[in-house]
Amino acid sequence: MTKLNLDPKLIQSSRNSAKKIAEDVQKFIDLHTTTSTERAIVRLLGVDGVDDMDRPLPNVLIDNIKEGKGLERGISYWLGNAMVQTGLSPQQIAERVSRKELDLLRLPAAREEKIRETIYALAEEAVEKIVRNREKREELISILGEGTEPYLYVIVATGNIYEDVKQAKSAAHQGADIIAVIRTTGQSLLDYVPYGPTTEGFGGTYATQENFRIMRQALDEAGQEVGRYIRLCNYCSGLCMPEIAAMGAMERLDMMLNDALYGILFRDINMQRTLVDQFFSRVINGFAGIIINTGEDNYLTTADAVEEAHTVLASQFINEQLALKAGLEEEQIGLGHAFEMDPDIENGFLLELAQAQMAREIFPNSPLKYMPPTKYMTGNIFKGYLQNAMFNLASIMTRQGIQLLGMLTEAIHTPHIHDRYLAIENAKYIFNNARNLGDEITFKEGGLIQTRAQEVLKRAERLLKEIEKEGLFSTIEKGKFGGVKRAKNGGKGLDGVVKKDSGYFNPFIDLMLGGEGHGGSHKG
Amino acid sequence: MVDLTRVKPYGDTLNDGMVQLSFTLPLPYGEEAKEAARQLVMKMGIEEPSVVYSKDLAGFTYFIVYGRAVHTVDYTKIKVPKVEVDTMTKEEVEEYIRENIKRNIVVVGACTGTDAHTVGIDAIMNMKGYAGHFGLERYEGIEAHNLGSQVPNEELVAKALEVDADAILVSQVVTEKNAHIPNLTELVELLEAEGIRDKLVLVCGGPRISHELAKELGYDAGFGPGTFAEDVASFIVTEMVSRKLV
Repeated sequence: MTKLNLDPKLIQSSRNSAKKIAEDVQKFIDLHTTTSTERAIVRLLGVDGVDDMDRPLPNVLIDNIKEGKGLERGISYWLGNAMVQTGLSPQQIAERVSRKELDLLRLPAAREEKIRETIYALAEEAVEKIVRNREKREELISILGEGTEPYLYVIVATGNIYEDVKQAKSAAHQGADIIAVIRTTGQSLLDYVPYGPTTEGFGGTYATQENFRIMRQALDEAGQEVGRYIRLCNYCSGLCMPEIAAMGAMERLDMMLNDALYGILFRDINMQRTLVDQFFSRVINGFAGIIINTGEDNYLTTADAVEEAHTVLASQFINEQLALKAGLEEEQIGLGHAFEMDPDIENGFLLELAQAQMAREIFPNSPLKYMPPTKYMTGNIFKGYLQNAMFNLASIMTRQGIQLLGMLTEAIHTPHIHDRYLAIENAKYIFNNARNLGDEITFKEGGLIQTRAQEVLKRAERLLKEIEKEGLFSTIEKGKFGGVKRAKNGGKGLDGVVKKDSGYFNPFIDLMLGGEGHGGSHKG
Repeated sequence: MVDLTRVKPYGDTLNDGMVQLSFTLPLPYGEEAKEAARQLVMKMGIEEPSVVYSKDLAGFTYFIVYGRAVHTVDYTKIKVPKVEVDTMTKEEVEEYIRENIKRNIVVVGACTGTDAHTVGIDAIMNMKGYAGHFGLERYEGIEAHNLGSQVPNEELVAKALEVDADAILVSQVVTEKNAHIPNLTELVELLEAEGIRDKLVLVCGGPRISHELAKELGYDAGFGPGTFAEDVASFIVTEMVSRKLV
């Protein structure tokens, strides 16, 4: 299937450059760990809850080893040692540390072999639970069935998990396939994950493990009622990326926004921190069978969608390679892009088609995540509804995978319950009414659409070559993505990054990636 | 002839009062829900409501309703405070700075508090601007610093002090539960505490910002939708001159 006459050599060359860029970043990642990576490990090992000052116990544990300069060795070592020496469970150890009855760094050292044995036994149990979740998902999909692609993806964002549940169920009944619970504004900058069910948030709801569980249960119920598996999506980004991934894997989430570049550019999170975090979070997501969504669409909210289209494509190439390194299958890599061109451009729809079709042909197995117009939504809800219709038409013509439905009230308020219904109706109408339009159409050789796509690919290939020479860190420092510049040592969270020492180990990387080497398949 | 002292909506005939509404009630779909919608609309001062569409939203019902507004307004008595400035073009602003200020002026902008939507501040500040109107970054004589989204007020004030700003622009686009009001107020308080409120031009903007609200909160001006960089730039430079901040 090729409608755009794209030069396969340019695609291959782009992929090669992206691979080298990813390998270069991976070298850095492999040498480092972070506070949040270590907290994710203890969460997977069963540590949960908060102390009497509301500090999450995973933070208590990691702060304990960080203060004593033991972070370099990794929590698996210290916790394993404490288990051997005290005979207590990780949770009991965490509780004692929080009461200052125990200091992980002041215990006598057990034999390293014994420590590893103890931790691996526990880690294998955790991994087994995640495998069961994956199987449960597959089982439910085989019994209930699922929506047809493009999946209809809607957001709920009331701030109150119980209110979210009502809206999510209503949306499932209207036809939504994926419910994303938007996080409260500012959660990405918290260096801990809040605990328990929450009923207050701004513009969204706290991502907590309990909130995940509540929504999972509600969507399973809704799935039974509508006879379709309803996927749950959350945000594996910000300073707690790997912890959110761990929680999502344990509570059977199905989809996660998971993109370091987004945090670097738009939340000013330190790039070293978040790239290391991203790796472990993607290993977990990959193993848990979760589809990730990357955030290239966001570049276009600050940069121009016509002029900077090649940066979106270049970033997709890089994100693909980074994801493969973390063990994700192509089918789990929901590369992002958006319908964000100025609607006043003559033939703008043709340019959008070119972009969407190009992504489809270059990443044939990716469930592409297509984002709706936001930048040029005006408050004229009637025109906005039409812009969303054009977006839906472009999607069905180019077989996008995940359709984040545009809301006619975008830029006015978070969606009202009927905004969501109207959005679903719009998409269902167009997807059904023009289902196979794409199959009937070829694009004119040398016409506007082909030429545009070829041009964007050419520019992306050139940019990737430059990045390959320069390195990803330095490219971001120069502001090549989204027109935003970020310093390698700037931003939030740098103090949570350390170089691993020679005794460091993380059992989950081994168990989830299947031993040595990255990018191996974990699916039987 | 329209009676300007008694104006009501125009559908297809003068004074027919026709309005369209859409809303959802937390009621199960059915004839009772429709009647509830009709009665509610009558309480809003709308006669002959007609529920033209309703839809079952699983425990909720959505309605589209038409009706005739009974109320009128007296247009002749309406006064809306507006930013009083004759907007200059980009070139005129640059010329004005050269002649009347004779140095570069420094503008710091941010989308503050919890707001993550930078469309507004980007439209005014970024090089590219919006709809063909270049942003402040492209103006000769203006040094523009766009701090982006979710900037705490403290950080914005610190930046303003650091670069010795002549003007601060605050954007508030999507804010929940009126969070922009305390947030905007807090900035004014911080600037006053630092003793620099009177030394700079303070402007806010966004879809829910009016000039009247801005003045009330202690700002020099407030700009709503449809504002371009040159409107803001013209205000800043003329305000600087009239307040002798040059």
